[in-house]
Amino acid sequence: MTPDIYIYAPLLIASLLIFSWSCYRRISLVNVGRPEDRFRNPLQRLLGVFLYAIGQKRVISRSFGLNHAVIFWAFAILLIANGEFLLAGLFPGVGLVLLPDPLHHALLLAFDVVSLIALSAVVLAAIRRIFFAPEYMATSYTSPRSLEAFLILGCIALLMLAYFGLHGTMVATGKAPGSHMPLSSLAAYAMAGVPAEGLQSLAAFFWWLHVIILLLFMNYLPHSKHMHILTAIPNCFFAGLDKPNTQSREEFAKGESFGAGSVDQLAWKDLFDGFSCTECGRCQGVCPAVATGKALNPRQVIHDIKTNLLNGRFDQETFKADKPLIGDGEGSVSEDAIWSCTTCGACMAACPVFIEQMPKIVKMRRHLVQMKARFPEELLSLFENMEGRSNPWGIAPTDRTKWYSTMAVKTFAANETEYLLYVGCAGSFDSRQKHVTVALTTILDAAGISWGILGKEELCCGDSLRRLGNEYVFDRMAKQNVQLFKDKGVTKVITQCPHCFTTLKNDYRQYGLELEVIHHSELIDKLLTSGELKLNHQVADFGRIVLHDSCYLGRHNDIYQPPRQVIATATGTAPIEFERNQENSFCCGAGGGRMWLEEQQGTRINLNRIEEALANKPDTLCVSCPYCLTMFTDGLKDLQADQTRVRDIAEVVAEGLRPEQ
Amino acid sequence: MLVVACIKQVPDTTQVQIDPVTNTLVREGIPFIVNPYDTHALEEALYFKDQFGFRVAAISMGPPNAEATLRKALALGVDDAILLSDRCFGGADTLATSNVLSAAILRLNQQEEVGVVLCGKQTIDGDTAQVGPGIATRLGYTQLTLVDRIESLDPVKKTIRVRRKLEGRYEIVEAPLPVMLTVVRELNRPRYPTVPMRIDSADAQVQVWDNTVLGLDVNSCGLKGSPTWVSRIFSPERDKGEIIGDGFGDPVGTAKLLIHKLLSKDLLHA
Ligand SMILES: Cc1cc2nc3c(=O)[nH]c(=O)nc-3n(C[C@H](O)[C@H](O)[C@H](O)COP(=O)(O)OP(=O)(O)OC[C@H]3O[C@@H](n4cnc5c(N)ncnc54)[C@H](O)[C@@H]3O)c2cc1C
Ligand code: SF4
Ligand code: SF4
Repeated sequence: MTPDIYIYAPLLIASLLIFSWSCYRRISLVNVGRPEDRFRNPLQRLLGVFLYAIGQKRVISRSFGLNHAVIFWAFAILLIANGEFLLAGLFPGVGLVLLPDPLHHALLLAFDVVSLIALSAVVLAAIRRIFFAPEYMATSYTSPRSLEAFLILGCIALLMLAYFGLHGTMVATGKAPGSHMPLSSLAAYAMAGVPAEGLQSLAAFFWWLHVIILLLFMNYLPHSKHMHILTAIPNCFFAGLDKPNTQSREEFAKGESFGAGSVDQLAWKDLFDGFSCTECGRCQGVCPAVATGKALNPRQVIHDIKTNLLNGRFDQETFKADKPLIGDGEGSVSEDAIWSCTTCGACMAACPVFIEQMPKIVKMRRHLVQMKARFPEELLSLFENMEGRSNPWGIAPTDRTKWYSTMAVKTFAANETEYLLYVGCAGSFDSRQKHVTVALTTILDAAGISWGILGKEELCCGDSLRRLGNEYVFDRMAKQNVQLFKDKGVTKVITQCPHCFTTLKNDYRQYGLELEVIHHSELIDKLLTSGELKLNHQVADFGRIVLHDSCYLGRHNDIYQPPRQVIATATGTAPIEFERNQENSFCCGAGGGRMWLEEQQGTRINLNRIEEALANKPDTLCVSCPYCLTMFTDGLKDLQADQTRVRDIAEVVAEGLRPEQ
Repeated sequence: MLVVACIKQVPDTTQVQIDPVTNTLVREGIPFIVNPYDTHALEEALYFKDQFGFRVAAISMGPPNAEATLRKALALGVDDAILLSDRCFGGADTLATSNVLSAAILRLNQQEEVGVVLCGKQTIDGDTAQVGPGIATRLGYTQLTLVDRIESLDPVKKTIRVRRKLEGRYEIVEAPLPVMLTVVRELNRPRYPTVPMRIDSADAQVQVWDNTVLGLDVNSCGLKGSPTWVSRIFSPERDKGEIIGDGFGDPVGTAKLLIHKLLSKDLLHA
């Protein structure tokens, strides 16, 4: 079929121009953001693109993802068919026909089959949306059964049908080799009774249907969530190369502003993220704040940033938003939402296109704390205690040594002790965690480890401050600590807290201090495996043990196996797993500085997790983090379920060091 | 109109220990903080500034290192920060302290009319609660102590209405300006400095006024102007505590141990 070139050519050119303009207008908006290097290590980035964009690795990893992968791959193959189709309309002789026959035929076969597969996948997707949509697909600004979703699915389905219709007529009139196009032949077969002129009109009809839908679809893309067809692949290229276990530094110079209170204070990649969101809702589905009815929804945060950007105007060269980024209503992120984040990182681990929700929240916290001095009341004393007394409770620093008042403990000295045991604030001051500290020292001594502490000189690592956006005070504390560690010649550090662990290891690196930091779960595992630590007997007192993965140990630092192996070795039985475990673990509710905040909205995060634990009827809930220990101890009390105890893995192991009775 | 907040730098008392031999405070290595009550006085002064556009001056008498305290006040938004420091001001009791602070306020009053002077209820090191009233007396200002709420301030009629928090009751009082208020913690929630303010305050000017500026009779300030002096400071005798048993691992055994101890010391009767 050869179209009227005077109608087709202008139509095609206009469509392409409008499409390019819409894409340009939107994507160029990311220039409003601040510069940030997202090109370093291009090879590693390309690998990411192959694995995650082309390979759809994360997409497939969750339920129904395969269906999307099928549509994606089909789309990629049919892109060739459609490209040729549009071109052949302008230059009838040009196209795949020019290829050697075997290759041409193979392609025709592929297009035929892939079109059917795509059609089936689209029908499945529609059925899922209508009948089995998971809860996390719905949000305030859209629903699984939105018009947009069906418009897109309908477009794709119609495209496939038009394809079969058109190629059916071509087979029927002998213009295409039916032998290589089984499904188009089927269509031709259905048209068997149609006379020649009828076939011609049918061909024209399907041809125009195909063109119009294709061009409409193309021009609808930039205005819909299906923009991600264009942006998701580059977004995977620009993804953060490291785990989100640290935040970037800020330079505290006069006249600067800090954090992000408007879209132009975010980085360009933060804005690009908005155009890449597929609205799959996976981040929403795993977020503890969403699960417990808080104001925060990571997907909504991304949507609001994008809306804020799109609603802005340019006044000369400067960008003017039509409403503040932090505030209420669509296009703004509420303060309640910003303070609800536990920085657990579940959203980022779930997002198929590597959108970075949590770092944007921390940037907004930075703005609130540093530019506006606006934060929940409870934080005032935390901030002052941290700055004045270097611990969250404001306890006298001289009390840091009270936990060993009845023991002999060595002070760290570079040539005499190998490891610094960084006790941490909870380990030093919290009456419950002090027992863990003592258990850990028993283990270290039993294994003959050479260790010492800083005693009264130890300072808080500053983790909570950094996650809460008080970067200025964190910066000062980090500098103090880095100087202290350098002065003392510290190189190897043991921590019993995943928060100290990540701060010393990942945050202080930005200050030029590379420490060998080892979390006690890793160290104990190593000592048990090597035989340096020998237990006197197998531990049986803790009954059924269920193990919780802390966010800052697991998701943020990839330490999953050591605590499991420690329990397995000490008790002879592998721990019971939560339903949501390892990378899918669910926060205890205390991360991101939430430890120091009241939980006023919705239900409680710790109770959500405890209920999941209790489903396994455990005797002991095992943790390797002081915050988790507090959250679960409190939660079990609230649920009057304290027949289940909470123990740190060090306490389980230390039990095996008691003399046999 | 000018509002003056009097703030004192005090050692962080949770960290202070008394030297058992010399009976004096061990101040070495102890961080200084702004007297907690004074942070509320300062906040209220800044609130007046926000509300009425008054100028705010923070004044403090103390050694040169008290400058840090005033820098914090600058980071919070005061317009002038004045350190009253001179060798002859040293060793002051409450009377001499009030003399110096009053002289400074009088001097400020020459530049701009002082409407309100705010002091903390008391300090956490000296604990006398005398300096505020001392200033009011010397300047002839109305004195309203233990204020926990400002009901209203009328800058035209020059009156103020406040609530005083007393033992088991409140008292609402009205007085003409100028007035000296001493404030309690319930009055407000002190603000937190923004980072730009902190950065700017780092090189803002803290004025230092010595006695050549105030021109006081040296016999009315410092040690010489102090009829009271501290003859001895001591902590009450207390037996050193001890940790017995393993309350966490063996709560029942430890409780028994404790009961035995109490019985043996005749503190508990069977
Ligand atoms: C342990 C100790 C015991 C003392 N005992 C006595 C004593 O028994 N009698 C005595 O006369 N002196 C005593 N002094 C000295 C006394 O602390 C000082 O003279 C002090 O300047 C005023 O007393 P105060 O700290 O009790 O202040 P308070 O009267 O409790 O302070 C009330 C308010 O006055 C303001 N203010 C007080 N001092 C200053 C300042 N230097 N600069 C700016 N504003 C200020 C603040 O707003 C403060 O909140 C003692 C000092 C110490 C450290
Ligand atoms: S980091 Fe955790 S709490 Fe914060 S938005 Fe993501 S999933 Fe929700
Ligand atoms: S941010 Fe990522 S996970 Fe969340 S809805 Fe968008 S694409 Fe899905």
